[in-house]
Amino acid sequence: MAVAAEVRIEQVAREDLVMFVNACFSCTGQREFYGDARGQSVSIEFLHQYILGNYRRLYRRTLAAGINHFNQAQIILNLLAVGSPADPVERQEEGALIAAALRGLPTQRAFRVLESLRSRHINNRRARAIAREYLAGRSNLPFDAVKYRAKLRAAVVHGHLKLDGELGPFLFRGWKKRVYTQPLLETFRKAHFAQEALYELPYTVAEGLAQKHGVPRDVFLQRIEPRLTQAERLRLQESAAREGAVEPQVDLSRAPLTKLALYVLSMKEEVRKARRDELHTALERASARVLARAPATLGRVAAVLDNSYSSSGSLQKRRRPLGVALASHYLLSASAREYRAFWTCPVEEPLLVTARGQTDLATPLLDALAWGAELVVIVSDGYDNDPPKAVAELTRVFRERLDPGRRTALVHVNPVFDAEEYSPRSFGGAVATVGVRDAEDVPTVLGFARFAEGTASLAELERYLSARVASWLERDARRNASAEASVAPGVPVVGVEEGEA
Amino acid sequence: MTDTRLIQRLDPKGLRLAPSQVFGRIRLVPVLRDEVKGDLRFARRDYSDAPLSVVALEGAPTSRGLKYVSYIPHGMVVSWGNRQAEAVYGTRLQAPEGKKVKVGPFSVRLLHRMVHREDRNQLRMLPLHLAMEGFLALHFGGPDIAWAEYSREALSHGLSPRVEGVVPGWASSALDGALRTFEVHEQQVGLLLFNADELLSAFIVAHPDDYRLLHRTLLEDFYGDLLLQYGYLLEAPELGLSLDAKRVSSMEDLRTEVARMRADWAAFHGFMAGGLFGVEVTSRKVYEAGPFLLQHFHTSLVPSEENHLGEAIIGPDGTLEYLKTYRLSSAQTRRAYLLQQLAASSWNLEDTAEELGSTKQELLLRLHNAGFGYLLKDHVLEEARRSKARGS
Repeated sequence: MAVAAEVRIEQVAREDLVMFVNACFSCTGQREFYGDARGQSVSIEFLHQYILGNYRRLYRRTLAAGINHFNQAQIILNLLAVGSPADPVERQEEGALIAAALRGLPTQRAFRVLESLRSRHINNRRARAIAREYLAGRSNLPFDAVKYRAKLRAAVVHGHLKLDGELGPFLFRGWKKRVYTQPLLETFRKAHFAQEALYELPYTVAEGLAQKHGVPRDVFLQRIEPRLTQAERLRLQESAAREGAVEPQVDLSRAPLTKLALYVLSMKEEVRKARRDELHTALERASARVLARAPATLGRVAAVLDNSYSSSGSLQKRRRPLGVALASHYLLSASAREYRAFWTCPVEEPLLVTARGQTDLATPLLDALAWGAELVVIVSDGYDNDPPKAVAELTRVFRERLDPGRRTALVHVNPVFDAEEYSPRSFGGAVATVGVRDAEDVPTVLGFARFAEGTASLAELERYLSARVASWLERDARRNASAEASVAPGVPVVGVEEGEA
Repeated sequence: MTDTRLIQRLDPKGLRLAPSQVFGRIRLVPVLRDEVKGDLRFARRDYSDAPLSVVALEGAPTSRGLKYVSYIPHGMVVSWGNRQAEAVYGTRLQAPEGKKVKVGPFSVRLLHRMVHREDRNQLRMLPLHLAMEGFLALHFGGPDIAWAEYSREALSHGLSPRVEGVVPGWASSALDGALRTFEVHEQQVGLLLFNADELLSAFIVAHPDDYRLLHRTLLEDFYGDLLLQYGYLLEAPELGLSLDAKRVSSMEDLRTEVARMRADWAAFHGFMAGGLFGVEVTSRKVYEAGPFLLQHFHTSLVPSEENHLGEAIIGPDGTLEYLKTYRLSSAQTRRAYLLQQLAASSWNLEDTAEELGSTKQELLLRLHNAGFGYLLKDHVLEEARRSKARGS
């Protein structure tokens, strides 16, 4: 009796954790095609509180599982809010994980976490220490002070921190009151009075000041171009064209895979056709770069890709499910020995794919199974409606009658979080469902899929997580050391940073 | 001589039903057409700038005569045969139509006829209002024999003014969500709309491209009270059909089983829409548009059954090219039924009461409750009420 209860407890724990990690891969609290933003955020908040309350050790270790930035930030905040654990070993691990996660976040998100400490009234010794350590590790704080002025100010006030040199007066005594020796701060001051100084500032700061000076948009965009980050360049393409300005040059060879796929999908069909070769090569290079970082070699792989209307996403996540599908297509074709793609609405050229039509996953899945794939990856939001629940039934019967030996592995990669089920929507028990945010996560989640399937035990899951924690902390330590070495006294004045969402 | 194109019963020939898509309590069933001829096209014409439209049913729009008054957000332009596909650059493709007059702070659009021929191969019609007008005009003339019980107004003006209330699609947020998230099939030409698994409306056009453009107009159309009824039923049940594992021993079998599942879905939805398709209808010709026949129809109007009214265009070979229906609420059905019964007994109250198996006094009260009290003389009604009070 007791044994049965223990087995059940273990099973529940494993299911909870798999659900949580899956949710952390896919959910961003934003509106989805079927679910609204409110439902999404309520659902994910509840999950965080539930896991934090019941499995604190695994909760913090999830930070290292490769989850998306939104959930990393949530975990950091929730952990800081409940105070540090009593056990010194645990405390040490938690502190190291939080610090590493904060350093790993894109700058704007990390500063947002520090700002949220104030709005959520989190102010304990550890939270202050984390904020202090993070700011101490920033290589170019004056740049942060200009670009993230309000957030840095909030973090400093809230954490009772001291800033060296001119930064204190700049943030707190009114930047107008004096002339600065630090060039960027001085430029910021000047830019309020002289147009010329605008173009030395980061784009987001300069944009408002340009408005103040009444600089025409096209002139401004043209002159600020060298200051644009990669993400800003991608973002500005369409609006620049609309304003009649020259579109900023995009270095396609540097854009991350999913971003690139989304950028491609945002273009009109004629443009995609005309630039087909260029875009195709860029996507291939991007997936090669992902594989260089996380090598994955797969055998005979079939991808069942959903390009139904629901993959157009929402206003907040425009075409993201389709973008993930397109990026996965390139990634899988680069990593597999043999590869074939099966779209729900067949397309001749993957680059020209659009979100259109019903979700008929049964037909492409049947084709993929008939082709004899070793691994079938379904990239879909989990709503199949032609006919409904066909995939669940089909895979169940396939496993039961045609493939009891599990020769073919079935994995469902879902970029959409379903608020009502607290997890990405699944296709029943025969297919392992894993959540993703970017296609870059696909190699990671394929490793995680065996837990989602329910074949691996809780102990294995714990080992998997702690192995990831160890390697992650080690990597962070190495990066930290190299960063400190490179911070020499004569730092470049303007750091150009890579915005990542 | 009767036209063979006049429908006796609705026959979805050449049409296929696909599995439904459910959003909350709304179930939308796509209607697919395999063979598209493309000689009958529909386009939307926007009238939403006027909060009220007045349609002249007889005579010129500004002269006296019978009028149909309603909020009409859009009309439909039907064109058939060879279409002129090219236009000179700068041509206004949407010429303003009808006249708009200012009435206080509002503007009222004056339209000429429900169906208005605009060109040799082009027709403008007011979708669903056409069918509704046909329904309101049923026995509109009122008593044809001057029985003593009827008021003077009823004898001289008939049922005028005859009023029915409907619910606009946007009154239901569930319908908005359902139409927004609905995934339109490539061959889709129509939609069956169920609320809490009650068939509310069917909408079918001739060409898939037209349907794609007209899909969102379903939100502006009007529906019966049933759209808002069952509001507390949050979700239409999921109908999960399963595959039979015993019949599968190869990939081919699996494929056949999935095809069977698809066919089962279609058959089941056909069954769900049984109150409209396959039942006998009474239809009347409205307009002959080249080889196509525009008509409106209604089902039996028996209060115990589900009743629809609608309009349809039937092609020369008898295919259903266009269909738009409206589900009558039970009160509307009752009213129509009473009128039908009265007309059948040439408006004689005693005979009708006998037909209905009740007394004249009861029939009078029933007419009053149904909203037709204005047809009767006050003292007749008063007497009926008094005798009811005495009887109880």
